[in-house]
Amino acid sequence: MILNVLHKTRYEFATPVGGIIQSLRLIPARCEGQTVIDWRVEVAGAVMGEVFRDGAGDYIQTASLRTRTSNIEVIVNGTIETRDCAGVLRGHRERVPPRAYMRNTPRTAPNRAIRELAEQALAGMEAASALEQAHALASAVHGALPYLPGATHAHTTAAEAMNEGAGVCQDHTHVLIACAHLADLPARYVSGYLNASEDGTPHEASHAWAEIFVDGLGWVGFDASNESCPNEHYIRLGSGLDAQDAAPIRGLVLGGTEESLDVTVVIEAQQQ
Amino acid sequence: MAESFFNEMYDPNGLRAPYRRLEGWYQDMPNEFRALKQAEAEDLFRRYGITFAVYGEGGDPDRLIPFDMFPRVFAADEWRRLERGIKQRARALNAFLSDVYDRGEIIRAGRIPADLVYRNEAFEIAVAGFRPPLGVFSHIVGIDLVRTGPDQFYVLEDNCRTPSGVSYMLENREVMMRMFPHLFQANRVAPVDNYARLLKRTLASVAPAKCDRDPNIVILTPGHFNSAYYEHSFLADLMGVELVEGQDLFVDGDFCWMRTTQGPRKVDVIYRRIDDAFLDPLCFRPDSSLGVPGLMNVYRSGGVTICSAPGAGVADDKAIYTYVPEMVRFYLGEAPILENVPTWQCARADELKYVQEHLSELVVKEVHGSGGYGMLVGPRADKATIEAFAAKLAENPSNYIAQPTLALSTCPTFVEDGIAPRHVDLRPYCLVGRDVELVPGGLTRVALTEGSLVVNSSQGGGVKDTWVIAEE
Repeated sequence: MILNVLHKTRYEFATPVGGIIQSLRLIPARCEGQTVIDWRVEVAGAVMGEVFRDGAGDYIQTASLRTRTSNIEVIVNGTIETRDCAGVLRGHRERVPPRAYMRNTPRTAPNRAIRELAEQALAGMEAASALEQAHALASAVHGALPYLPGATHAHTTAAEAMNEGAGVCQDHTHVLIACAHLADLPARYVSGYLNASEDGTPHEASHAWAEIFVDGLGWVGFDASNESCPNEHYIRLGSGLDAQDAAPIRGLVLGGTEESLDVTVVIEAQQQ
Repeated sequence: MAESFFNEMYDPNGLRAPYRRLEGWYQDMPNEFRALKQAEAEDLFRRYGITFAVYGEGGDPDRLIPFDMFPRVFAADEWRRLERGIKQRARALNAFLSDVYDRGEIIRAGRIPADLVYRNEAFEIAVAGFRPPLGVFSHIVGIDLVRTGPDQFYVLEDNCRTPSGVSYMLENREVMMRMFPHLFQANRVAPVDNYARLLKRTLASVAPAKCDRDPNIVILTPGHFNSAYYEHSFLADLMGVELVEGQDLFVDGDFCWMRTTQGPRKVDVIYRRIDDAFLDPLCFRPDSSLGVPGLMNVYRSGGVTICSAPGAGVADDKAIYTYVPEMVRFYLGEAPILENVPTWQCARADELKYVQEHLSELVVKEVHGSGGYGMLVGPRADKATIEAFAAKLAENPSNYIAQPTLALSTCPTFVEDGIAPRHVDLRPYCLVGRDVELVPGGLTRVALTEGSLVVNSSQGGGVKDTWVIAEE
C-alpha cells in the first residue's frame, strides 16, 4: 500500500519567545514493512542538524531556531510504501539488546490493578508460548480500558489510566508494556501513524502501540487499542521506554512557555 | 581487641624503608610548633577556598576537610606494582564499556549475566551502538584501594563517572611543600603537579573527528551549590579552560556553542561534572535545567565529546564490581594484578542467607550507595543497629552487597597527644585517552576517630598528602 502523510504541528506563543530547540524522530526507518519513497521534514526558519541513526534504529534530527518568534510549525510531508508483516518487525537495523527493554519508567510502573490484570490474562497459560502470552495480554488490556478520548492526558501513567478505567492509545500501550514486563517479556513503546480512514474507527492518525520481544520471532507489534497487530495501515516512526522517550517531537521553548498546540495529521492511501 | 593491623610505618621488624626519613621529623617536633603548623595549614586551605559541603548534613557548608600533616608514603617498587594494577583495571573497565554498548561479547560468552548489565539503570539505551572517540568511555577512573599487608591491596570500588577529590591530592602537596620545604629536600618525592597538564592532554586526545583545530575544552559544573564546585573551578583554572554551567552553552545545528563576550565559540570536549540524567532534557530528565538541551544529539552525531561518556556508570556499579577481574582476563588476557574484596550479592538467596547469619562480622553496603551513607559496619555496630539493618536488608535484599571487614592498614596520624595509627585508604586517578596515565600519588583518606574504619569525609574522615619516594 502507498500512503501519503501530511503531519503539521503548530505552536503559537502568546508573547514572542527567544527560540526553540527540538529533537525530532519523524523519519520512518526502512524495514520489511515500510520503505520511504519520498519524505521531508521542515521547520520554517530553523537550522536543521544532520540526520543520524540511534541505537534503536530511529532517525534523529535536531531543529534549532535562535531568533524571536511567535509561532513555529513542524511539517512532515512524505510518501511511503507499506506491507503487512503480521506485526513482526523484520529487517529493522538496531543495536539495543532486547533485555534493555525490561525496565519500567514512572509511566509504565505497574500497580496492583495492572498486576491483577496480567495475572488473570495469563491464568492457565504457564505452558503457552511467549507469542500467545503477548496476545493474551494485549486482549486483556483492550478489554480493561475502553477507548475514551479525554479520560486521560499526556502525562497520565499506566497506573493512573487503570484507576481511570479508560484511555487512549498511549495509555493502552503503557499498560501493555507494564503487563509484558511482569511476564518477563521485553516491551517498548512505538510511536507512528495509523491510516484509520478505511475501517472507520475514530482513532487519531497519530498513533502508538507496543512492541513485545518474542524469542525466535523478534519484536512483534501489538496494538491494544484496536486489538490487532500492525499491518500495512501502520507507519512506524520510532521507539522508546515510554511515550516521552519515544516522542516524535521532544522540544524546549527558550525564554517563554505559554503555547497553544495544534496538530493535524492527514493520511491517504494512494489510488493504484 | 585482638585484631592486628598492618602499620605502614612500623612493622614488627621496625621502621619501614619509605618512612625512614620521617622518624626524626615528627619526633623532634615541639608541641607548640606543631600547633602553629596545623593552624597555618588550615589558614592555607581556607585561603585557597578548598572546602567541602556534606550532603544532607546541614551545618557549615564551608567546612574544611581535616588535613593531617603526617604524609602517607609508598616506596617506588610498591607504587610500580600498584600503577600496573590500576592501569590494567582502567583499561579493562573501558574495554567492558565499549563492548556492552557494542556487541556485548562478554555477555554472549556467558561471563557476565545479561540482566546485570542491560537491566541496570546506568545502562543508557540512548548510546547503544555509539562509539565515542578512541572507544574511551571513562576518561578519569578513580579506583578506591585499601591495604591489609605489605603486598596485599584490595580494590573497594571503581569510579568511572566523575570521581572527585583530585583537587585534594594537588592541594595537600602544595600545602605540605609550603610548610615543610626541608622535608622535600630530604625525601625525593615524585611530583604530582603535572596532573592538570596530563588531564588536559587526555581530554584533547578524545576531541571529535569533526574538530580540526586545537580543541576547545570546557568543564561543565552544576553550579556553586554543588559540594565539589571548588574542585571544578580549581581544575578549570589549572588547565586554563572555561568553567561553564548548562546555561552558558547552547546547541545550534550540529554543534554545541559557548556564549562569550566575543560571540558564540564552538565547544569540542566537555568534561562534565553532572550526572547523565541531567545532561540533556531532550534525551533524559525533561525537568533538568542543569544540562544543555540537544546536547545528546550533537554528541551522538560526532559534534562534541562528553567525558565521561554518558552510560559509563554501568561499569562501576557495585553489582558489576564482582566481575571486574573477569573483565581483565576476558579483554586483556592477563591475570588481574589487583584483587577484589570477596563480595556477597544479597540478590542471590544462598549468599543472602550467609550475610544474614554473619551480619556482625560483615560490612553491608547499598548497591547504588556512595559516601559511606546507609552502610553497616558489623563489628562496630551495637545489637539494635544490627537488628534495624537486618530488617532493611530483608525488605529489599537485592539493594545490598556484603564484604568481610578488612583489616585496613594504618598510617601514623597526628592526634591530641603525639601520633597514633589511624586507618587509611587510597584513591588514585587514572587518566585514559590516547594513553593511559597515572601520576604517582592519589588521595589518601584517613579515619580520624580511633578504631574507625570509615574514611569518608562525610563521616569524620580526613585527608593526607600521599608520597611516592622516587628511586634513589
